Amino acid sequence: MNFISIDSVFFEYDNGYEALKNINMEFNLGEKVAIIGQNGAGKTTLLKLINGLNKPSKGNIIINKVNIKDKTTAEVSKDVSYVFQNPDDQIFNNDVYSEIAFGPKKNGVKGNSLKKIVYEAAELCGLTDDLKKNPYDLPYATRKFVSIASVLVMQSNVFLLDEPTAGQDKIGIEKLQKIIDYLIKKNKIVITITHDMEFVVNNFDRIIVMANGQKIIDSNKKEIFWDEEILNVARLKQPYISSLAKDLGVPGQPITIKEFIKQKSSDLYA
Amino acid sequence: MLIDYFDFNNNEGVYMVNVRLEGVSFRYLIAKNDVLKNISLELHSGKLTSIIGPNGAGKTTLAEIIRGFIPAYFQGDLRGKLYFDENVISINEENVAEYSKKIGFIFQNPFTQITGSTDSVFEEIAFGLENIGIAEERIIDRVSEILRLTNLSELKDRNPMDLSGGQKQRVAFASILAMDPDIYIIDEPTSQLDPASTEEIFMIISALKKMHKTILLIENKIELVAEYSDYVVAMNEGEVIAYGTPQSVFSSERIKDTDVEIPVYTKLFKEMGKTEGLPVTKKESISKLKGD
Repeated sequence: MNFISIDSVFFEYDNGYEALKNINMEFNLGEKVAIIGQNGAGKTTLLKLINGLNKPSKGNIIINKVNIKDKTTAEVSKDVSYVFQNPDDQIFNNDVYSEIAFGPKKNGVKGNSLKKIVYEAAELCGLTDDLKKNPYDLPYATRKFVSIASVLVMQSNVFLLDEPTAGQDKIGIEKLQKIIDYLIKKNKIVITITHDMEFVVNNFDRIIVMANGQKIIDSNKKEIFWDEEILNVARLKQPYISSLAKDLGVPGQPITIKEFIKQKSSDLYA
Repeated sequence: MLIDYFDFNNNEGVYMVNVRLEGVSFRYLIAKNDVLKNISLELHSGKLTSIIGPNGAGKTTLAEIIRGFIPAYFQGDLRGKLYFDENVISINEENVAEYSKKIGFIFQNPFTQITGSTDSVFEEIAFGLENIGIAEERIIDRVSEILRLTNLSELKDRNPMDLSGGQKQRVAFASILAMDPDIYIIDEPTSQLDPASTEEIFMIISALKKMHKTILLIENKIELVAEYSDYVVAMNEGEVIAYGTPQSVFSSERIKDTDVEIPVYTKLFKEMGKTEGLPVTKKESISKLKGD
C-alpha cells in the first residue's frame, strides 16, 4: 500500500479555471521526488491538494490509508508539512527561535526537548547564529530556510518543498541537499518543486513532469532530459552538460560532468 | 521592434547614462561592521553588468545605494561617491522620487513588488504610468505592447494576486519595462521562473542593451550571467573580489576557494585537468572541445 495515492484528481478554481486534470501518482516512504514544469503548470496547486489546503473537485487523495477528503488542513498537516513558495506567507513570529518553536510548542513539546529540536533544525538550516534575529531582518533566501526549519520540527512523514532553490546561492543549494538527505535517512517522503535542472540532476532519481495541469511523465532523469518531445511539451531545458553533449555528438546521453568526461574519454580512445 | 517602441520619452535620441561608484562603503545603523567595503565600479550604457556572489555578500545593499534608497530611506554610515553622468550626486528623501523615474528597480521578491491594489494584470502594468500622469490612450497602447513583448497578453485580465509565483515575477518585470527608465537595476528577476521564461527575460535584457540602457543585474544563475554579461562583479563579504569580463572573472584565482559559483562549463574543463583558457559558455566549450 502506498503512503500517498492520488487517484484521478481534478481541481478547478472558483473562477472555473481547471488547474489539474486527471492526476494519478503514488509516493512511498523514503522516496524523494522532483516535480518540474513551466510556471502555471499546476505544480503548486497539486502540493496544496496533498497538504489539504485545497480539496479536489473530483477524485481522491489517500494519505496513510485515510481519504483526506473530509479532513481539515490542520488534521492533514500532521502527516504532511508544506513549505510555501513565498516564505513571507508563512513567517509571523518576531524572532527566528519562536518561529521554529511555534509548531512543536502548539503540540505540547516543552522545555529541553523543545530546545533540542529547535536547535537541531536551526543547525541543519544554518540558522544557529540567527535565532534571536527578526526573520524580516534576514535576506529572502535565508527566510526560506527559516520556513523550512519551522516545518522540519513538525516531524511529519511528508515534506512538500515549493521552490526551495529560488534565489539560493551555492551554499544554500548545498544546505538544501543536506536537509533532503537528512529527511530521506529518516524515511520521510520529500516532494520538491524546482526550476533548477542542475539541482534536479544532482539530487533526484524520480522526476515528475507536469504541463497544462496534467502529468506528462513520471520517470528517471535520462528518460526525461534526453526526450525532446517531453522537453518541448513542458517547456523544459536540458541540463547544461546534456545540451553540450548533444551539440558535440558525445554519445551515452550524459547528464553530469562525470558522465560527460567518461563518455568523452572513451570516445577519444575508441 | 522593441527598440523603436521604447523610444517613448527619449525624443532627443539615445540617452547615455553612466553610473560610477567610487570607494563606496556602508554600515547599517546599529551594525558593528561595514557591509560594503570600498566598492568602485562603473555601469555603462548599453552594457550589462552582473553582480554575483553568495547571499549576504552585499549585492542587494549595493543596488539600494545606486537607486538611492540608501541613504534616503535606510539609514547608516555611507562613505564614497556616487556619480551619474560624471556628476557627483546625493540622493535624499526630497529627490528620490525624481531619481526613481530614471532608475527602474525590479525587486528580488515579486510578491513584494505586486501592488495588491489592482484587479488585473493590465491595470498592474499601467499603475506606474497612471501615477506619472500619462494620457489614457497612450497608456493603453503602451501596456498592450508590453504585454505582447513579455508574453503576458493571455493573462491580462487575471488578478495579479491569483497568479503563480513565476507569472507574478514576469508581471513585476513588465511593470518596470512600461516605465521605460534609463537605468535598470534588476535583483534576481528569474528566481521563480521556469527555464524557458528565464531565457525570455534574458532576451529582453539583451534588447534593453541594444537600446543603450544601463543595466545592473544581480543573479545566481551563473551560466546565464556568463553568457549575457559584458562585465561581472564578484562580491564576497562586502568586497569586490574580481571585476571584469566573464572570462577573466571566472578564471580568476581570487574567486577560488570562495563561495562564488562558477559556470558548469568552467567546472567541466577544470575537472578535465585544464587550467588555462577556461570557457564560460557553451559556445566557447564547443569550440575548445572541437579543437581537441
